[in-house]
Amino acid sequence: MTSVVSPEWVLKVEQLGKIFGSLSENGLALTGPDIGSSKDPVTGAIVAAWDVSFEVAAGEALGVVGESGSGKSTVMRCIAGDQSSSAGSVQIRTSPNEQIDVLSLTPSERRQLRIDKIAVVYQDPAEGLDLNVTAGGNIASPLTAAGWRNFSSIRSRASELLLRTEVPLNRMDDVVKSFSGGMKQRVQLAKALANRPPIVLLDEPTTGLDASVAAGVLDLIRGLLEEFGLAAVVVSHDFSVIEMLTNRCIVMNHGRVVESALTDQLLEDPHHPYSQKLVSAARA
Amino acid sequence: MTSLLNDLIDNNESEQFGILDEYSKREIRRAVLTAVAVPGYQVPFGSREMPVARGWGSGGLQITLAVIGHNDVIKVIDQGDDQGVNAVNLRRLIVQSTKVSETTTAAKSSIVQSRHRIPEDGLDQRHILVLQVPVPEPLRGVERDMRELARMHAEADYSKMWVSLYEDKVRNGVITQTTGYPCLVNDRYVIATTPIPRWDIPKLDHSPFLTLFGAGREKRIYAVPPFTKVEPLTFEDVPFEVEKTEGATCSQCGSNSSFLVEIPGAQSRWVCSDTDWCERNLEGNL
Repeated sequence: MTSVVSPEWVLKVEQLGKIFGSLSENGLALTGPDIGSSKDPVTGAIVAAWDVSFEVAAGEALGVVGESGSGKSTVMRCIAGDQSSSAGSVQIRTSPNEQIDVLSLTPSERRQLRIDKIAVVYQDPAEGLDLNVTAGGNIASPLTAAGWRNFSSIRSRASELLLRTEVPLNRMDDVVKSFSGGMKQRVQLAKALANRPPIVLLDEPTTGLDASVAAGVLDLIRGLLEEFGLAAVVVSHDFSVIEMLTNRCIVMNHGRVVESALTDQLLEDPHHPYSQKLVSAARA
Repeated sequence: MTSLLNDLIDNNESEQFGILDEYSKREIRRAVLTAVAVPGYQVPFGSREMPVARGWGSGGLQITLAVIGHNDVIKVIDQGDDQGVNAVNLRRLIVQSTKVSETTTAAKSSIVQSRHRIPEDGLDQRHILVLQVPVPEPLRGVERDMRELARMHAEADYSKMWVSLYEDKVRNGVITQTTGYPCLVNDRYVIATTPIPRWDIPKLDHSPFLTLFGAGREKRIYAVPPFTKVEPLTFEDVPFEVEKTEGATCSQCGSNSSFLVEIPGAQSRWVCSDTDWCERNLEGNL
């Protein structure tokens, strides 16, 4: 299987792996899509993700598709630093002569990356936002972390972002707890973009929203990805999300990548039996 | 401080000095030394049972009894008042158990133990100011998880504190926090300046005296060493302001330049919080 190559990558993931528990000697051979399980039958260890590789360029979005438990969120959390990984490497290139080996950083340095290099939008707004803080205050958080100390500059940057993410400005000083699901996601997007990070990771950004609201948020995300030239990784089980946002995608099953292809190609002509099953289920 | 060093050298075990045993004094002194070496860092210490309830100045009392020497002169205030019940009780306890002399005038003292105030005048390089602290953790209001708090201090990650100041300003138009205003010490650690009001914060910045904060209930000691930068957290375009009531003057000495407190009642009036300063002002004896 060839990995999808992009010449000017901003984010490069190589042979990333995450195992919970300790694997038996043949553990890797005893798990995976061919076996139909990610659980080591001998030790009970879980191979949540193994041998996952991809590259993403600026202005490009890569989809990670798969059913619940396929390991797609694990991959995202390993890149974001919410979780440690067991194997592989994650590189980010923020300028032609600045390349960072993410997994070799200390936890503290990894948190620094989250301020202005890698932003994450979670499915659950409570993970990405402080619900008891106002929309403006949530955006002030990454700004102050990046050293902003001027109240009016923070205010104007926050309103600029909320305007862009279509949150009514008269809600800027309301606590996020009082917002609808769709509006919370828009605030999460505004917060993610606060310090203009080159990379954004979106984990099921519209799951849980009703269809019309989800469509609006998806439209917005697509516009933002283009406008800011972001390198994006979109994790979703929903093909309509993947189809709308991404150019290329990888399909995960039982912790492994079973197929990687251009998105429209995958939807028209899936090769792996699991991909075929997923696509036909989505098209039904 | 020299008397403290002499006490350490001249270790006369036969004489009980104060109510703390020598081992306890050493443990508290070690915490104090660490606190002075790392300005603003909250040093854990083995807070002892004292003959006052925790939360009634047991932290300040332990520091005072650990650093006091034979030649020290003690002043104890509560809300700036030498005659407050708690101040009188703590002063009696210290004086009776150590036989040191007492004063109400800051300039004549060598150690000032205080709840809520820094005396209006008289403190210089000879002085140690001991503050009784109720809540030493400045981030308590924005984060509850102890491990996360430790991480935030370790990485100087104070963005949550800034967000809370932002929220305060947005909701109230001004930053409303009065006592315990968060300050950055020596460009490194944020401290809670409890229990003192904002009024006294400028006095901490590059102060000639040593300030020791003791929280008995929370078992923490921290310090602002002499001539150390203490900077209240505020936005560049939102100037830090101290409490001020326009037109208020002390009903006893007539001062409008000291920290005033309101005596409530049918005809409420204002008086100086620092009673000793007020008396000296009245006598024209400042």
